[in-house]
Amino acid sequence: VCIHRVRSCSSVRFIKSKYVCVFDKSALKFSHQQRLFRTSAVSCGQIVQFKLSDIGEGITEVTVKEWYIKEGDSVSQFDSICEVQSDKASVTITSRYDGVIRKLHYSIDDIAFVGKPLVDIEIDASKGVAPEEDVVETPPMSHEEHTHQEIKGHKTLATPAVRRLAMENNIKLSEVVGTGKDNRILKEDILNYLAKQTGAILPPSPKAEIVPPPRKTETVPAAPKDKARKIPLPVSRPIAFSGKDKTEPVTGFQKAMVKTMSAALKIPHFGYCDEIDLSQLVQLREELKPLAELRGVKLSFMPFFIKAASLGLLQYPILNASLDENCQNVTYKASHNIGVAMDTEQGLIVPNVKNVQVCSVFDIAVELNRLQSLGSAGQLGTSDLTGGTFTLSNIGTIGGTYAKPVILPPEVAIGALGKIQVLPRFNGKGEVFKAQIMNVSWSADHRIIDGATMARFSNLWKSYLENPASMLLDLK
Amino acid sequence: MVLQSLKNRLWLSCILRTPKACFWSTASGGLIIQSVSNDVYQNLAVEDWIHDHMDLEKQQVLFLWRNSPAVVIGRHQNPWQECNLRLLRQKNIKLARRRSGGGTVYHDLGNINLTFFTTRKKYERMENLKLVVKALKALRPQLDVHVTDRYDILLDGQYKISGTAAKLGRTSAYHHCTLLCNADKFVLSSVLKSPYKGLKSNATPSVPASVKNLFEEDPSLTSEMLLDAIAKEYATQHQIDHHITVINPADETLLPGISNKTKELQTWEWVYGKTPKFSISTCLNMAYKGSVLDVKVNLNVKHGRIEVCNIDLPEQWLPPGMYSELVKSLTGSKFCPNETTTLVTTLLRVCPQDNELHSRWSLLCENMIMLM
Repeated sequence: VCIHRVRSCSSVRFIKSKYVCVFDKSALKFSHQQRLFRTSAVSCGQIVQFKLSDIGEGITEVTVKEWYIKEGDSVSQFDSICEVQSDKASVTITSRYDGVIRKLHYSIDDIAFVGKPLVDIEIDASKGVAPEEDVVETPPMSHEEHTHQEIKGHKTLATPAVRRLAMENNIKLSEVVGTGKDNRILKEDILNYLAKQTGAILPPSPKAEIVPPPRKTETVPAAPKDKARKIPLPVSRPIAFSGKDKTEPVTGFQKAMVKTMSAALKIPHFGYCDEIDLSQLVQLREELKPLAELRGVKLSFMPFFIKAASLGLLQYPILNASLDENCQNVTYKASHNIGVAMDTEQGLIVPNVKNVQVCSVFDIAVELNRLQSLGSAGQLGTSDLTGGTFTLSNIGTIGGTYAKPVILPPEVAIGALGKIQVLPRFNGKGEVFKAQIMNVSWSADHRIIDGATMARFSNLWKSYLENPASMLLDLK
Repeated sequence: MVLQSLKNRLWLSCILRTPKACFWSTASGGLIIQSVSNDVYQNLAVEDWIHDHMDLEKQQVLFLWRNSPAVVIGRHQNPWQECNLRLLRQKNIKLARRRSGGGTVYHDLGNINLTFFTTRKKYERMENLKLVVKALKALRPQLDVHVTDRYDILLDGQYKISGTAAKLGRTSAYHHCTLLCNADKFVLSSVLKSPYKGLKSNATPSVPASVKNLFEEDPSLTSEMLLDAIAKEYATQHQIDHHITVINPADETLLPGISNKTKELQTWEWVYGKTPKFSISTCLNMAYKGSVLDVKVNLNVKHGRIEVCNIDLPEQWLPPGMYSELVKSLTGSKFCPNETTTLVTTLLRVCPQDNELHSRWSLLCENMIMLM
């Protein structure tokens, strides 16, 4: 029975209707909201009940474990629809048709029966074959274009997969030149259209030092090492692109950073920077490294920086203090719990070494090793991450010279250490010598710390590191 | 480790991609491959790769692999329900989720894994397991091993030495099983015991069983001997050469796209995020200043993230502002000790600096983290 229908909705028009339309109120409502859904087809096709096919081994029922689609989604033939399980076998059910999912017959954990309907799919064309003529295009989702889109009875031939690609990239099929049979728009046509639009896809420049091995597969060639590149070349890949912005909620480590840094914003920061000549310390560490290794400990520069900071804090205890919320009281903390900023896979964490004032440089090295291995395994405990009173951030291990570190409340000061560079300097006799120079950038809370205090602390810290033997005098 | 000649690799590369169009294609019917890697994620990725890319119509595949210590849960299982995650983290034992169904198993180098790849139509688990039993009996005729109707292999009628799982796709399927040769039973039983209480979930539960190593029955047996015997039997039944081809799961040229598959299997979203939704309803017994507080906790976890969080604290035990901050932070974040620790310690930075408050907070948070 042929039913001709002319819809009142302006976004849709029939060309030929040879099919029985399932037409009820919800479908009409549906078509008004056409633009807001990812469906590309007009809602007047045949509804087919896709039955659960035979699993094998005489199995008659399975449990539905996960749906990959929901009602209203478009599917192409061979797309995964759901995952079912039966007796230790997990089965991926794929669609036999192209179309739109209209009904899911089961919820998660329901028992589904072989031979019974699993989903209802509305097919665009008869007999579940990839749709050819007569599918009218709905406009892409861009809102500015909303008012300008009128279907002028223009036939555009394309499979749902191609339509989906066009829609995801906000392309009007009417503007794409089809090179397939009957001017059908193929996937290549969309890709070419996009390439012309962006103009960004270039073949690899002959200057590139590393040429990826020629391959016929779709994978992206491994990125050449940074060292080999002088000029950043546009990454050459087989035209893979995703034109969409991605929005994600802020959770976990990022959420923690947002909280901390928002609170830090309330602190009036001032900065103070200097350069330290570590030549003597470098030599000392070279001598002590094998000794530490014998004891099973990796000795870096940090234990020295940390111990020197603690010695400095003994003279300038206000840098190891905390200001209360109303700025009424300053609490001078007895313990020097010095935090060490660590970069892990998930983000920034700052564990601290407790009571540095009573630790030797070796003790600090042992503790740092422990915190570092726990940190990279993601197993730091709450006690390791709380109670810090002063922080050092060794950003120099990654790179950089001067920085502007942010104070971590409830502390009042922080230091960022740049990388150690070999630079020419003048000695007392006016001769040039090779010096191991590191830059330090301090930030402090200007409500209770003044510049002079910070400067004097920094000078003391610097003197301990430039002349490590002087640390011996003040060690407790 | 076997060094593959260029010709060998080219041959293998051909077999894996277009077995029909290859010069060097030997007698079809079957292919036996063994992984050089002991990394559970790499080996699972090889299974995915073969399942997705190989044409198994003309030629079936037997894949042999072993892993360094790892716990492998089934596709639809709940790791909190199945194993002692704390112990896994402490002992640095990896956790992986495979794509096939079934229950949880412990792998180490004393356990061998066999995967039988066929077309969907030729999927036949019983046949495969009978092949394994035949191989074992050919090696040691006195072994009392048989296949149960649950697709387990039992030794001496009571000890489980092999468990099975399977994955069916549109055109291809695979059936894999374990075989206990000389695994560490002590570690096995301690990691597969979940300490988490009050869990309610529809995830597939594992069925615990007494296990035994074949080595205990016959100390002359080694994993290599078993692998070889099974390969030999497979070769006989498929009328192919008894030749095991070694494969490197890190070889992107041979298996294009394999490193992405490996990475995906390691993501938190796959391992933990694919847990069917579950709830925890339990009571924290917190010892504080001489007395014990009973604090009821209710959590709903979906996609591995806390959807709903209710902690029944005595009134004013924590300032109300802090309690709501805690709930707000936890909601939407991963049900994971690392992430929770970071969040709760950060919250301590931005609250009043009061020792009493801090110790209560730490106590509560540490108890909460123990649930994860």
